Order: sequence, then C-alpha cells, then structure tokens
Amino acid sequence: MSENLTKPENQVYKKTDVLTDKVMHYCPGCGHGTAHRMLAEVIDELGVQEETIGVAPVGCSVLAYYYFDVDMQEAAHGRATAVATGIKRVFPEKYVFTYQGDGDLAAIGTAETIHACNRGENILIVFINNGIYGMTGGQMAPTTLPGMKSSTSPRGREVETMGNPLKITEMVATLPGTHFVTRQAVHTPANVRKTKRALKKALEYQKENKGTCFVEIVSNCPSGWKMTPVQSNKWMEENMFPFYPLGDIKVPQ
Amino acid sequence: MAKRGDVVINIEKCKGCEVCIAACPHEVLAMSKEVNTKGYHYSVKVNSNCVGCANCAIVCPDAVITVYREK
Amino acid sequence: MKELRLMKGNEALAEAAIRAGTDAYFGYPITPQSEIIEYLMHENPVDRTGMVVLQAESEIAAINMVYGAAACGKKAMTSSSSPGISLKQEGLSYIAGAELPCLVANIVRGGPGLGTIQPSQSDYFQAVKGGGHGDYKLIVLAPATVQETVDFVKLGYELAFKYRNPVMILSDGIIGQMMEKVELFEQMPRENKDYDWATTGKKPGKDSVIVTSLQLKSEDQEKVNLRLQEKYREIEKNEVMYETYDCEDAEYLFAAFGSCARITRKAMEMARKKGIKVGLVRPISLYPFPTDAIYELGSKVKGILSVEMNAGQMVEDVKLAVNGKTKVEHFGRFGGVIPSPEEILNALETKIIGG
Repeated sequence: MSENLTKPENQVYKKTDVLTDKVMHYCPGCGHGTAHRMLAEVIDELGVQEETIGVAPVGCSVLAYYYFDVDMQEAAHGRATAVATGIKRVFPEKYVFTYQGDGDLAAIGTAETIHACNRGENILIVFINNGIYGMTGGQMAPTTLPGMKSSTSPRGREVETMGNPLKITEMVATLPGTHFVTRQAVHTPANVRKTKRALKKALEYQKENKGTCFVEIVSNCPSGWKMTPVQSNKWMEENMFPFYPLGDIKVPQ
Repeated sequence: MAKRGDVVINIEKCKGCEVCIAACPHEVLAMSKEVNTKGYHYSVKVNSNCVGCANCAIVCPDAVITVYREK
Repeated sequence: MKELRLMKGNEALAEAAIRAGTDAYFGYPITPQSEIIEYLMHENPVDRTGMVVLQAESEIAAINMVYGAAACGKKAMTSSSSPGISLKQEGLSYIAGAELPCLVANIVRGGPGLGTIQPSQSDYFQAVKGGGHGDYKLIVLAPATVQETVDFVKLGYELAFKYRNPVMILSDGIIGQMMEKVELFEQMPRENKDYDWATTGKKPGKDSVIVTSLQLKSEDQEKVNLRLQEKYREIEKNEVMYETYDCEDAEYLFAAFGSCARITRKAMEMARKKGIKVGLVRPISLYPFPTDAIYELGSKVKGILSVEMNAGQMVEDVKLAVNGKTKVEHFGRFGGVIPSPEEILNALETKIIGG
C-alpha cells in the first residue's frame, strides 16, 4: 500500500469509550462481547453515559460491570429486573437496563422478569439466549432446544421428562406492560446493525416512559456447544433461528 | 472503484475466534501463525483488498479492530 | 411537630417510615404485618413526601428492589413476617455483602414452616446470627412497645447509613397488632444525598461506581470479610443497647427481649411481692448483644432465667456472655403461645431457685 490510511481523519470504526479497555473474560467468539459493544455504542451515541445505571446478572455476564463504563449494580441470580425496578422507582429520570442470560432471566428469574414486564417498568431488558448455562459448564437451560445436548441432558433434551424450551420473549410480548419486544442476533454484520437499531429504539422509548422494552439476542456458546465460533454461528442459524425466529415481536402502534 | 481501506488489529486482545474472517467480503483477514502472549493466534491482514467496510470490526466480540477508509 | 396518637404497632411503623424520610418501601403482604403496606397504600405518601410504595410480586422481589434503591443511596425498606423473611435472606446476604444500608422489619410469627400467624420470637437466631449465607451480621433492634417501634425506624436508618449495613427491627405479632399511645416524631425531609458509593450515574472524569458482593479472587474476598469483621467490632463497641430493671439488689435475673420482657416484668413484680429479689435485663440491640453487661450482671446473681417465646435461642448468647460464671436456664412457650407471668415465675422458682 502506497499511502498510509491509518490517520484519525480516515477512522470509520473504533471501540466506543463506553466500553472499558479491560479484556473481556468471554470465550473466543462469544456473542456477549458484541452485544455489550452494541449497547455501549447506543449509550454513547445517545449521550446518556452519565444518566445510565445498569444491572448485571449471575451467569457468564456477571462481570459485565467491568466492561460497561457506566454505574452498575450486581444482582442476585434472577433478580436483575427487581433490582432495576428499585433503581428506576427512585430514579425515574435515569436510563436503567438489565443484561441477563437465559438461565438468569427465564429460569430462576422468571417471576421477576414477568412481573417487571407486566408492571411496565420503564427499563430495558437485554436478554442473551444461547440455550445453555455457559458459566457453570454447559448445563441445560430453560431455552435449550429439544434434543439439544448439554451436560445435564447428555442424550439430548427429552421434552417428555425435561420439559419444553421456554419462549419467554413471546410470553412477555403478550403483557400490556411491554412496549417493544424484539428478537435479534449479533453473528453477522447485518444482524449486529439491526440489534443496535433495536437497542437504540428501546432506550429512546425509555425516555418517553413507554413501558418495558425487551430485546432478546439469540447468541452462541462455542465452548458449551463444543464447536468453533464460526461453526457455532452456523449451527445457531440452522437450529436456533427456526425455533427462535428473529424479528420484532411487538412493535409500538 | 471502491475506496481503499485499512484495519488495525489489537493483537494482544484478539482471541482468534475467526468471526472477522468469515465476515470480511474481500478475504483480507487470516489467522496468524504466531500466537500472542495469551497463546491465541490472532487476526492479521494478508492483502490490500480492504475497502474499510468495517464488517470485521462490527462482528468482533472483543472490539479489537479499528477501521480506516480513505476520504 | 411531635404528635400523640393511639396507634397499632404496624401502622405506627408505617407512619414512622414516612416521617423518617423513607424514599422507597417495597413489600409483600403477610400476616401479621400486612397493615404496614396497607397503611402506606392508604396514606399514599407519594403525595406527602414523594416516597415510593410498591407491592412486589414476592418477598424475594421486594428485598431485591430494596437492594436496587439502597444502592442508589436512598432510604429503602421492606417488612415481612417470618416465612417472608426467610425468602429475603438471599437478598439480605447480598445487601450485607455489598455494604448497603437498608431497613427491614420482621413482625415475627410462630414457625417452623408456615407455622402459625400468632406471635413468636423464634426468628432470633436467624436475625442475630446472619440468616443467609456467608459471614455477615444485621444490626438487630428489638422493640418492646409501639413507641420503640417508631423510634427504631429513625434509629435504624441512622445506624444503617452510619455503617452501610442492613438493620432489622425484630418485632413480633403482639407489638405489631396491639394499639398503644405513641408520640410520633416530626416529618423529616427526604434526603437527596449523592454518596460516592451509590450508583447515581457516572461522573465525568471519575470511575464508574460498581455495587457488587462478588470478588473472584479469594484473597480479595477475604479482604472484604476482614473489613466487614472490623465494622462489626465497631458496631459491637458503639451500638449496644439494653435496659435493666431492679438489678441493684437482685439475687436472680430474668433476661428477656421485646414483648416477652413486658410479660416478664409482671412476673418480676409478682416475685418481688413474694420476697424473691429478681431483676430483669432487656437486650434492646440483639446484635450487638449486651455481652459485657450481662457478664457483669450475671456475676452478681445466683442464676439467670432467659424467658423467650421460642424453644431457647437467646439463652445461648446469655450463656456465652456469663461464660459459666452463673447458672443459666431457659423458659419458653412457642408456636404462637404467649407465656403467662405465673408460669414465668414458676419457672424461676423451679429451674433457678429450686433447681
């Protein structure tokens, strides 16, 4: 290359300052990092870093507060939306989000999730669904697909004995308290851009006190699924998306 | 003709997941033979076909890629 | 201005919560304390002070809402009764671990399990020994009157913020349900303080605030524990509260807390009429426990009877306090049964004097 292009005036993409410089602990290729970055970019672009309070869950993203450069609280397992309710009720003017995985949000925290949505708490719930418990070593999640193997469904999820995967996003979309419910992904550039648009809309709605905004991100778990990151993204497209179809589920009228 | 672009990769933060390679429409990126101090192969630019589309950076879970494009 | 009223314990507690400048109350109904949230909902304090009142979907949600609001530097409280307090233990452990101030009232009923809705003191261990997982302590205040219930709301917040530690008012169904004359303190303003430990939004040029009870490295978690222990020693040094009655000439001693101490005072009067020189020590702060005071008092008497509405809980702390110096026995009725002064006196005569 004849001319050096790496000059500030030519810069078209760099990490947002709302993400800290800490190296994320996530496994290579995990969608958490990309989901974090999209939410951080939205906070950056809306200029609300100083008015945002986040709630981290228990699960792989338990340390999310190291990566988002905003004030954050660490919740007990499943209780993030209750904690967020406590924050939002005393600080109605702040932007409040929870960031939760499928075990946290759709198993142990089902009651808190549904009731926060049903009350229409003016918060953003970011729900990462990869159909597995990553942090504890690949156990079955409430969203594990029928037949999908995990360390606690080693012969594949048998729905007769283990129950069915829970489509909690469709469930919360039926509640009058939710304003905007959507399911996205972050494995391709196009999907990442759509996710970002959804997160931005959600925070804009929060400013208007419209009710709960719920953004599910179907994601991968290369370590838990025992695949390379690129294979896991393909597997996700072929197996997760038919069961958890992408797109808006509830859009404001 | 497409504008020329370039990428700068923070190789110490790269975990070698290869998601950027799959996302690049111009086959600009490949895995290094060497490893970084964490033991990961990392993403490297192997040709000058980059157009600065930023697809690699957008899908990078570890935010290690900065993208430039000529004006 | 100060105001005299005849009020039910639970309602007085709720009114005190408003007057203490509580920012947010999160609760869930359970007998015998539902009047607290009912009073608050009727009173609609959002119009009086801007205080938030929310009925949560469970005790678990309520205590975690308290966590969220407390971590914003707000005066946050919840209340419940025994089975509901059990559900709150996880949240209390997190609140203690994250070093957040909050106020929790337990209007105790008989257990175990669903137990009974009648009054009891069987949550003593749970309250003073921690209750949830991990090495932590709640500051525990045990009112014996409706007046103390009111006063301890104010005091509870002071201690909670002084030490950034959860404070529990350990009451029971007797005090919660009975009506007494009470002097209410003046309305205090809701504070709008911006504490440096609270999540109020990141300040430019400063690190973001993280409220957590998690440390991945055991050495770091040990440091947290050492800091907590240091705090608990400070609390033990500074915040012990107790009362004594007729201990000067006492040959025997009753130890009793809360409503049980009032019944025991009647037994004391009856004993004195019979010529038995008996005094009473009433621990007010159950944690920190008046260990030194009970040691001193216990050294001068022939025996101590710990009178409790449980199967024998505080008696263990009394025994630890006197450390073998004198005989210590327990008398209790439990499962919601309230002891009579006659049977307390009888227990003194048979277990301590004649035993």
